[in-house]
Order: sequence, then structure tokens, then C-alpha cells
Amino acid sequence: MNKLSLMGLFGLVVRRDLLLAMRRRADVLTTLIFFVMVVSLFPLGVGPEIDMLRKMASGVVWVAALLASMLSLPRMFSADYADGTLEQMMLAPQSLSVLVLGKIVAHWMLSGLPLALIAPVLGLQFDMSAPALWTLVLTLLLGTPVLSMIGAIGAALTLGLRGGGVLVSLLVLPLCIPVLIFGAGAVDAVTSGMSVASNMSLLGAFMLFALVFTPFVAAQALRISME
Amino acid sequence: MAINWFKYAAPTTFYGLAGKMIPFFAWPAAILFVIGLYIGFFVAPTDAVQSEAYRIIFLHVPASILSMFVYLIMAGYAALGLIFNTRLSSMMAQALAPTGALFAFISLWSGALWGKPMWGAWWVWDARLTSELILLFLYLGYIALHASIEDPRRADRASALLAIVGSVNVPIIYFSVKWWNTLHQGATIKMSGTSMQIAMQQAMFAVLAACWLYVIAITLARVRSIILEREANTQWVNDLPEVKQTNGRLS
Amino acid sequence: MNWSEFFAMNGYAFYVWGSYGVAVLVFAIEIALVRNRRKQTLRSLRLMRDEMGESA
Repeated sequence: MNKLSLMGLFGLVVRRDLLLAMRRRADVLTTLIFFVMVVSLFPLGVGPEIDMLRKMASGVVWVAALLASMLSLPRMFSADYADGTLEQMMLAPQSLSVLVLGKIVAHWMLSGLPLALIAPVLGLQFDMSAPALWTLVLTLLLGTPVLSMIGAIGAALTLGLRGGGVLVSLLVLPLCIPVLIFGAGAVDAVTSGMSVASNMSLLGAFMLFALVFTPFVAAQALRISME
Repeated sequence: MAINWFKYAAPTTFYGLAGKMIPFFAWPAAILFVIGLYIGFFVAPTDAVQSEAYRIIFLHVPASILSMFVYLIMAGYAALGLIFNTRLSSMMAQALAPTGALFAFISLWSGALWGKPMWGAWWVWDARLTSELILLFLYLGYIALHASIEDPRRADRASALLAIVGSVNVPIIYFSVKWWNTLHQGATIKMSGTSMQIAMQQAMFAVLAACWLYVIAITLARVRSIILEREANTQWVNDLPEVKQTNGRLS
Repeated sequence: MNWSEFFAMNGYAFYVWGSYGVAVLVFAIEIALVRNRRKQTLRSLRLMRDEMGESA
């Protein structure tokens, strides 16, 4: 049987994780519902004045996206860790980094992508203009993968720890702050008419930088946790 | 006579050496601190703009510098421990973390108390103060991760990886916060805007040196306890004089 | 240079002594904690040794 190519491994892991997730559809929905709920809470807390809401919109949606993706991070490795498949995966001859990248992409498709797709609907709650909504979706599409990638490192480090869920957020949130700043900043730039190129290019740079390093670092973290 | 550089890399010999070195760092730290404060409060003139409030700078700037450098040194020791598997380096990283976090806290506290008279608000979302706050979160994350893993070896290596990832992010966080701050609020008054008169510089360097010596002394003291805790059931620990003497209560 | 004027810090006494006071307090607490940790460690080592002594 010919050795599985790297792309083959990547596709296999992504398909497997998506299949597993579809069996427990509730997990996917909880992230989405949490995101919608957090965004809808803000007007209740802050008051209905529309111009204030419009100003806050991008920050609120972005912080909610950050929190929602933190929610589902521990599940990235915990299921496989519990039933031992993670150990088998680590013994596989293929590179662990590609395998971890597969898990990151699967996690992103289950948390980051739905958030980005539903964000415009929530943007309407804050009466955001069309270009702002479009920028919001674009920045979320660029930013949420970085959250999943850095989150993968946190999830791997806190594998099997009591209270791992809260700990992951404590470790990962400070590292995601640049993504939050430039993501929310991009939408503000559009609403105030400034060019959004600088924000987008920086977000893209963060994503590529993370894409290169995080799979390897997360693989090391897994090796440390699984010793 | 070939000097065996690694003689003191082993916890056993390092324990004794550290014990002897602590006073040589602790007392100069205290003396320099007093000298720095004396120059800062009695020799340095009153500032034209902020009169006496600016004297907080002699504490705030050294604390900020320290909190940043101790984090980088901690990440360095952590990386050494991760790569070369040297237990002592990981112990040093673990010993440095609380002191670095405390300096970050002092920097934030003195920054707030200085901001009130100067900018009229306890907390100003100034780029430096905000990145200092994030640095404090990074410290707390490191300490929390290390504390939540029982097995010392895994705790060292996991938190080492976090410290390395964190140190890569520190510059990124600083520049994005700086960019974010100048966008929203415009450059606030530069902290060290006042041209540094000689006496001020002397006071600043004296307090800075004092803080450095203090960090070394307190870290050596803490790492000695960590060594004892980790090497509890080894023979060399039981032969130590301080362990030999009986407990006061037990006859 | 009378002391009361010095401590008043031209009205900024609270801010200046507030920051220096807390700093010195933090240093004192940290030193106390480290010394206490050493005492606790040594005491538990002696207890362990005594128990090992009895069982040996």
C-alpha cells in the first residue's frame, strides 16, 4: 500500500474530523449560538442608541468571535486524547505537523467559518453599512484561522488538565490581541472612510506567519503533553 | 587547569554557590536603592511641568524595563531547559516568573498613580501601559500553566514552550498596540519627555541597578527552595546541614 | 528643608508615596514569601527524613 502523501494525510484528517463533528452536531451549534448570544447581549447592556451601537459594532462582533472560538478549543484534541487515537496518530510515520494542521483546519471550519458567515446577520443588529459588513466578513475569514492556530498550541499544552478550558483562554487570548486590534480596526477604518489595505495586509501576514509556525509548535506541544 | 564550566550547572553544586552569592546581591541592591531614592528625592530638581509628581518616574521606568527583560530572560532559560534538557535552567525560569510578574504589577501601579496627576485619569490606554498589562497576562498565563501540571518535567517543558511563543509575540503585541493607540488617541505626552537632567539620570540608573540586583538575589533564593523541593528524596539533600538539624518541636 | 514640606510633595504626596509605598510593600511581601517557602521546605524535608528514619 503506497505511503500516504502529505496532502492525502491532510485531507484524511480534515474529512475524519468533520465527519466526527457532524455526528455530534450540537457542538458546532453551541459555538454558533454562543456567538449570536454574546453579540445580542451588548445592545441590552449598552442601550439601543443606534449611533453608539454602530460605532461599537466591529469591536463587539470581534470580541464575541474571539470568545466563541476559545469555547471549542479544548475539544480539538481531547476526544482523541481520551480514547487513545491521539497516541496512534503520533506514532504514524507521517509528519505530526501536517496532521495537526489538518485538525486546525477542521476546527476552523467548525468554528471560525460559521462565525464569519453568520456575522453579517448580526451586523444588521448594529445597523452596519454594506461595506462595513463586507469588511467584517473578510477580516473574520482572515483572522479566525489565526485564532484556531494559536488556540491549537494552547489546547495541546493543556491536554488532559483539570480546568483546561479556562486555562486555554488565559494562555491564548493575550496572543490573539494583535488579530483583534487589526480585525476590529479594519471595520472602523471602512466606516470612517480610511483605506483598509494596511489592516488587511497585516491580518494576512499574521495568518501566514501562524500558518508556517503553529503546526510545528503545536506538534511539539503534543509531544510534551503526551510523554 | 581546564575550568569545568558546567560544574555549577548541576543543582547540587549550584545550591551551595547560590546560597553564598545571595548576600552579595541582596545588600548592594538595598544600598543602591537607598542611594537612588536619595538622589531622586533630594538632589534632582523639581520639574517645571509636573513639579513633584514626576519623581514616580524613578520607580516606574525601571519597573517597566525589568518586567520586559525578566520575561525575555525567563524565556531564554526556558528555551535552554527545553533544548538541552537541563533541569536547572527550567528551575531558574520558574523562579524568575513571579518576580517578573510583580515588577509588571509595580509598573502598572506606578503608571496609574503617575497618570492621575499628569493625564487626569487612573488608567490611560497608552500604548506602553496597555502592552505592560498584556505582559502581565503573559506572566500569569505562564505561572498558571506551570502550576496546573503536576509532573514537574512536563510542567517545565510545556510552560517553556508557552514562554517562547509569548516572547515571539511580545514585539508584535507592542507594535500593534502602539499602532492602535496612535490611531485612536494620537500620541499622548511622551513619558520621558522631560529632558533628563544629570541627577535624574543618576537616580534612574541607581534604582535600575538596585532592581536588577534585587531580581538576582530573590531568584537565587527562590530557586534554592525549588531545588530542595524537586530533589527532596536525594542523598545530597539529606546530608545538608540545614536538613540534618532536628526540628525544633521534635526532640 | 523641613520634613513636613518634603512629605507633602507639593500636593502630590498621595501619588508619589502611594507608588513607592506599594513597591516597597510588594518587595517586603515577596522576600517574606521566599523565606517562608524555604522554612516550609526544610521542615517537610526533616519530617520526611524522620519518617524514613523510623521505617528503615
